[in-house]
Amino acid sequence: MKPFATLLDRLVLTPSRNGKLTLLADYFRDTPDPDRGYGLAALAGALDLKSVKPAMLRDLVLERMDPVLFQYSYDYVGDLAETISLVWDGGRKDTIDDEHQPRLGEVVTRMNSLGRTEVRSAVRDLLDRLDTSSRFAFLKLVTGALRIGVSARLAKQALSDMSGKDVTEIETLWHGLTPPYEPLFAWLEGRADKPVLATPAIFHSVMLANPVEEGDLEKLDPADYAAEWKWDGIRIQMSSYGGTRKLYSRSGDDITGAFPDVVDAINFEGVIDGELLIGGTARSNNPTRTFSDLQQRLNRKTVTARMLDDYPAFVRAYDLLFQGEMDIRAETFFERRGRLGEVIARAPHDRFDLSELVPFSTWNELDRLRIAPPDPVIEGVMIKKKDSPYQAGRLKGPWFKWKRDPYNIDAVMLYAQRGHGKRSSYYSDFTFGVWAETADGEALVPVGKAYFGFTDAELEILDKFVRDNTVDRFGPVRAVRADPDFGFVLEVAFEGINRSTRHKSGVAMRFPRIARLRQDKLPRDADRLSTLTAMVDAKGS
Amino acid sequence: MKPEALLHPTPAGLFCPIGRFHVDPVRPVERALITHGHSDHARAGHAKVLATRQTLDIMRLRYGDGFAGSEQAATFGEEIDIDGVRVSFHPAGHVLGSAQIAIEKGGLRIVVSGDYKRGTDPTCAPFAPVTCDVFITEATFGLPVFHHPDPRDEIARLLTSLNQFPERSHLVGAYALGKAQRVIRLIRDCGYSEPIFIHGALAKLCDYYVGQGIDLGDIRPATMEKSDPAAFKGAVVVGPPSAFQDRWARRFNEPLTAFASGWMMIRQRAKQGGVELPLVISDHCDWPELLATIEEISPSEVWVTHGREEALVRWCELKNIPARPLHLVGYEDEGD
Repeated sequence: MKPFATLLDRLVLTPSRNGKLTLLADYFRDTPDPDRGYGLAALAGALDLKSVKPAMLRDLVLERMDPVLFQYSYDYVGDLAETISLVWDGGRKDTIDDEHQPRLGEVVTRMNSLGRTEVRSAVRDLLDRLDTSSRFAFLKLVTGALRIGVSARLAKQALSDMSGKDVTEIETLWHGLTPPYEPLFAWLEGRADKPVLATPAIFHSVMLANPVEEGDLEKLDPADYAAEWKWDGIRIQMSSYGGTRKLYSRSGDDITGAFPDVVDAINFEGVIDGELLIGGTARSNNPTRTFSDLQQRLNRKTVTARMLDDYPAFVRAYDLLFQGEMDIRAETFFERRGRLGEVIARAPHDRFDLSELVPFSTWNELDRLRIAPPDPVIEGVMIKKKDSPYQAGRLKGPWFKWKRDPYNIDAVMLYAQRGHGKRSSYYSDFTFGVWAETADGEALVPVGKAYFGFTDAELEILDKFVRDNTVDRFGPVRAVRADPDFGFVLEVAFEGINRSTRHKSGVAMRFPRIARLRQDKLPRDADRLSTLTAMVDAKGS
Repeated sequence: MKPEALLHPTPAGLFCPIGRFHVDPVRPVERALITHGHSDHARAGHAKVLATRQTLDIMRLRYGDGFAGSEQAATFGEEIDIDGVRVSFHPAGHVLGSAQIAIEKGGLRIVVSGDYKRGTDPTCAPFAPVTCDVFITEATFGLPVFHHPDPRDEIARLLTSLNQFPERSHLVGAYALGKAQRVIRLIRDCGYSEPIFIHGALAKLCDYYVGQGIDLGDIRPATMEKSDPAAFKGAVVVGPPSAFQDRWARRFNEPLTAFASGWMMIRQRAKQGGVELPLVISDHCDWPELLATIEEISPSEVWVTHGREEALVRWCELKNIPARPLHLVGYEDEGD
C-alpha cells in the first residue's frame, strides 16, 4: 500500500502533466505485480472494490476517540478520510514501517472476499496495520472518492512512457483486460507476447480527432479526405454479440440501461461507433433535436415511458469496428464505411441512420459549409483521411475536427490567482465579468474563468496589471480595479454556452480562453450579460 | 499563594506583578524576559531584556544595536533574583538559544515553556523537563491530527524528488530563524553534499548558526541578479516561503515548490499554498509530544496558550488535570 499512498500524495499536489507522467511511470516501473496492476485500475477508474459507508468509518473512529476531540479535528481538516487517517492512532507515535504494511494487492483481495458482517472488523484491522498516508489512500479507495486529477488516458500514457510501446496499442487492448493486468505488464516489459483478446464483446477505445489549427490544412490534399457533419450529441459505441447488446459512452461507461429504445432496436452483430442524438433520423424526416434535449436523458440509470416518448433517442452511425466477430479496424475508412452502410440499411429506420458525407473539393469550400451548416445541431465538420485505419486515441493527422468559430465576448478582469509550476510566480488564472443590472444597480458580474490563450509576453502584461492594481486579497486570490473608466478588458473566446444553475450569472461557458488583450477598450465598452443569454437562446432555437 | 498572583495574562503578555516583569511581551515594557528569537516573542523596544546569550545575539542581528535599553544574558540553570522572584532559564529545543523560563516564589513554581519541541534537532539544545506546579504550554499543533514524522523521512522524499526531477530547481520554503538552518543541516545529515543556495533573507542567520558551531556545508547566495536559470537546474534552494510567490522566483528552472512546516500535515493547506512537495518538519510539539510532555512533567495545573487551546484543555479535562486557556493574543507563529 505504501508505494501507492506515496504516489497519491505526490499526484494530488503535482499540477503539470509531465510531472504526473514521471511519477506514474516510476511507480509502474518500481512496484511489483499485482500491486501496480491494482494501482493502475484504481487510477483508471477500473478497480472493483467493496465499498464502505462514511457512517461506519465514523463509528469505528469513535470507538477509540473522544467525540469532542474528533469533532475539533474534523472541523479543522474538513475531509473525513483524511481526518480519520490522521487521528486513528490516538496520540501514539506512528511506528509502522514500510516493509510490514499490507500490500495493495492484499488489501484488494481481502476486502473483496469479505462477507457483509466481516467488513467492520476487517476495516478496523487494516487501519491498525497501515501508516497515516496509507490509511488515507485506503479510505479514499473504499469510499470511492479518489479525486486526484489523473485520467485513465494519462495512466495509459505513463505505461507507454515506461515501456516504449505505442499508447494506441495499449488503448486497443485496454477494455479486454482486467485488474491486476499481469499479462499487460509482462508484454510492456518484453517478458511475454502481446495479450490476445478473448471476445470482441467489450468496449473498444475510440478514435479521436484533433482540432484544425492554423496552417494544418494547407499542407493536405483535399482529395485524400472525406468530410462529415459534426453533430452536437454524445459519441457512443454499440456492441452486440449473441444477444448481449451494450451501449457505451466515449469513455467506456455502460449507458445501456438509460437507452432501451435504441438498444432494443439493434438487429445486427458487431461494434458501431456513432453519435447518440434525440429526435428523428434523417430517413424518418423528423428534425434532430438539441443537446439540451439529450441532457434530459443522460446520467439516468432507468428511464420512464414518458421520457421515451418525449425524448426519443437514435444513433447516427459514423464507423464500423467489428462486423460480426471480424475485426475490420485495420481496413480503410472508405472500406469500413461501405460495410457500415449495408448494416445500417437493414437496421430499423427510426433508430439508426448513416452519417452523410459532405462533398467538397477545396478547403475554402469546406470552410464555407462549416460556417453555415444546414442544421442548427451541427457544430462543425469532421475531416477523415479516406485510407485511415481505425486507431484508438487521438493521433495527429488522420482525423480532424473543424468546429464553427468559437463565440467571442469582451469581458473585464475582476480577480486573478497565481498559477502553478512554471507559472507559480505569475498571476495567470483570471476571473472575468460582464455588465448586468443587479440589486445595487449596474455592476460587473463574474461569468467565467480562463487561464490560457495568452502568450508569455502577454502574461507579463497581465501579471504587471494585477500587481499594480490590486484592491483586495483573499488568500491566493487578488481582486483588481475594475471601474467603468479603468480596468483591463479581455476578449474571451469559448466553444459553447449553456444555462447553469450552479453559476450565479446563470450561464456557463465551455472552454473559455483569453483570445486577445483589449487595452484599446475601456471596461464601459465590455459586453453585457444579456449578450450571453442571447447566445444561449439562439443556440436553443 | 495563588498562581495568578505570581503570573497572569495582561494585554501586553504574561506579567509577574511581584518581580514587575513580562514574559515575551507583545508591546514595549520596562523589563522583558524573552524565551526565543522569533519575532512574535522577541520584539524590539523594551527598556531591559533578560534572555539567553544566543537569543540576545539574534535580536541584535534582526533589530540592530538599539533593540533594547539594556540587556542581561542568562545561562541555562543559573538562578537570577528579580525583586525576590527567582527566575531560571532551561533549554526548550525549539531553535538556537530557545529557553523555558521557570518563575518561583514561596514554594510555587511556574514554567513558561515558550515554544518547544521534543524531537531531535542538531541545531539546538534539547528540551529539559522542569518539575513545576503550573506548566504553561503552547498548543500550536494542539489537535489529534498533528503527527510530525521523522524529519529524515521527509528529507528522503526531497532527495527522491531530486532524482525523479533532476531538471527542476527544488525551492524549499523554510522560515528564516531555526527552520532554515535545521533543514539545511538535515539535508547534510542525509548525505547531500552539493551546494545549497539560500535567499538573501537567510544569510545573516545562517552565518550566525555557522559561527555557533553548526556546520551547514557549502551554502551559496541564490540572489545574483540576471543569473542564468540553468545555474540552478536540479539545485536545492532554501528561502522564506513568501519569496517563492514573488518575482524573485522567476530566475529558477521549472521550480518545484517544497515547504518545510508542521502545517504540511494537512493536504488542503499544502494545496492552497501551491506546494508540490510538503515536508512535515516542525519546531513545535505535535499532539503526541504535547500529551507525553504534560504526563512527564505532571504539573498540578496546565495553562494553554497560542494555538488550538480548546482541544488540549479538553484532553486535560478527560485526564482530570486542571487546565485553562490563557487566550493570549499577538503570537502569529513565525516559526512554523
